[in-house]
Amino acid sequence: MADVIELKGVTKCYGSLKAVDDLSLGIRKGEIYGLLGPNGAGKSTTILMMLGLTEPNEGSIKVCGIDSTSNPVEVKRKVGYLPDNVGFYENQTGLDNLIFIAKLNRATSAEARNRAFDLLNRVGLTDAANKKVGTYSRGMRQRLGLAEVLIKKPEVIVLDEPTLGIDPSGVKAFLGLIVQLSRADGLTVLLSSHHLHQVQQVCDRVGIFVSGKLIANGPIPELSGQLFGNKLFTVEAGVVWRTLEKREQLVTDLRNIDGVCSVAYEENRLLIECSMDEIATIARTIVYSGIDLTHLFQRQYGLDEIYQLYFEGGHNHA
Amino acid sequence: MGWMKFISFILREGIIMHKLFHFKPIAPGLKDEKSSHPFGVLVAKEISDHIRSWRFIILLALILLTCISSLYTSLSSISKTVAKPDDPENTFLLLKLFTLSDGTLPPFHVFIGFLGPLLGISLGFDAINSEQNAGTLSRVMAQPIHRDYLINAKFAGALIVISTLFLALGLAVIGLGIIIIGVPPTPQELLRIFLFIFLSIFYVAFWLNLAIFFSIRFRQAATSALTAIAVWLFFTVFYQIIVSLIAKAIIPTTAIETDQTLNYQKLINDLLRIVPSQLYSDATTTLLMPSVRSLGPLTMEQVYGAIPSPLPILESLTIVWPQLTGLLAATILCFAGSYYSFMRREIRS
Repeated sequence: MADVIELKGVTKCYGSLKAVDDLSLGIRKGEIYGLLGPNGAGKSTTILMMLGLTEPNEGSIKVCGIDSTSNPVEVKRKVGYLPDNVGFYENQTGLDNLIFIAKLNRATSAEARNRAFDLLNRVGLTDAANKKVGTYSRGMRQRLGLAEVLIKKPEVIVLDEPTLGIDPSGVKAFLGLIVQLSRADGLTVLLSSHHLHQVQQVCDRVGIFVSGKLIANGPIPELSGQLFGNKLFTVEAGVVWRTLEKREQLVTDLRNIDGVCSVAYEENRLLIECSMDEIATIARTIVYSGIDLTHLFQRQYGLDEIYQLYFEGGHNHA
Repeated sequence: MGWMKFISFILREGIIMHKLFHFKPIAPGLKDEKSSHPFGVLVAKEISDHIRSWRFIILLALILLTCISSLYTSLSSISKTVAKPDDPENTFLLLKLFTLSDGTLPPFHVFIGFLGPLLGISLGFDAINSEQNAGTLSRVMAQPIHRDYLINAKFAGALIVISTLFLALGLAVIGLGIIIIGVPPTPQELLRIFLFIFLSIFYVAFWLNLAIFFSIRFRQAATSALTAIAVWLFFTVFYQIIVSLIAKAIIPTTAIETDQTLNYQKLINDLLRIVPSQLYSDATTTLLMPSVRSLGPLTMEQVYGAIPSPLPILESLTIVWPQLTGLLAATILCFAGSYYSFMRREIRS
């Protein structure tokens, strides 16, 4: 599939600071891509360069096949952008704000009005349409922002920290809305965040961005595979110790299983590292030893671990 | 009685015009199929923002009040002036409305010269930085428009508001003058008044551009407003003091040649004319008082034999041409500065 957003060797410097360092990235049509990284990693700068609001020092950026640096207006026609800390004209109503943006995209008044009403309906703000934006809550503003992004009928939407400052249930609803709206219109979505779990829920692929460098890129399961592939499985078992001898006996038994490298225990948990999938054998051993097994699961490396690993790596680099 | 007839004719004409306009449905936005240009949309938004803001309403009230009061003083003293038969400006009765004063209140053009900068500053000081602080700048810039549309629209919107206001004020003064004194304006008077109005618009545009420039440079609206007001105060109060200090220092106290005195006077005048407000007041006085023949000192030889008669409009214009171009240049310079710094600026909230 063709890449909708294509960055090649993009570098952006602010004085001596390299905000974005030789970044190459492709985002496919119709996918939801999460750009992850800590604050100041260069996510916003990358997004601004995609929209042609900032010029890269080196490299080329193409969005929908159009060069963002030389032809930003055409790019902005196709890309909806929701900045972080989005602001609206407080003394105007939500509807007026939307109509204004629609008109900037060369909609006629009638068109603008119809589309604004339609989108307010889709993001659930119909009741607040004629209220001044000054009275909106943070979550309502984000939803209005999403409506505004969609009003120009974009092919790509770029959301910079869209979940910032919304409460957890609001985040869930908002991300659900993004997925629903983008899937309905077949949009490509790029969202940046430093909230891993939120992004984990909705993204098809993620890129991890530290100190201006993209250090990992791909679907989340694949990413953990890439990262922890050479590492060991960790199996966690919840047990209830009755006597100490039994514990010693069990630990020795477990260590004797083929492939098990180490066994450690904390209060009511056993952590067993093994080089292959020995979970069935481990379960059998524990049960036969007469110790009560309360739970047993194989630890998955989630985004948190990935993130942690990379951020530590990032710090080491710096 | 003839004038009553004239007024009623004008009123009738007005009603016919009104009816004519209502034949065509000009309700915007409901029937038009064509989309408006984004620049027009931006300008329209700027204008509506300005005229709905409290700031503008307060300034408007202030300006209207001062205009009415200065008009009142000039009207109450106009009968005394007309009585003087040797006044060369007797034929320019309407112009006197703009310049005459009984000493209690400054005349119209001085008021405009004083309040104009305030109007310009107040319309421009938060043009860019308030949008940036509110986070609306990046939102607007993410739309498919060129970046300079925004800064141009900021300028154009405020300029349209100012122009409308000044034209309306000027025409209102003329209208009131016609009704109260009952003397119609001559074409020359009208031309001079319109030139005065355009000059005032340019003058306010200068301060507007300066304020917009500061609004790009400074992130806080308060800082940019204070800086603009500081510049205004410096030029209206302190600069004159500084120039007079310089004058005291350089002009010798002992008696000197006339030529030398003239040269010194010229230097002082030139120093004073760096200030836009001086340019404006020079230009307006010359335009509104046809008898003003020179803005610098005149020797007896130059005055000798001159008949105290009003100058034709072209001559007046020639006298103030440097002032006009100077003001225009200052305005353009400020706009170029703000344009440049806005285009170079990074848009992020």
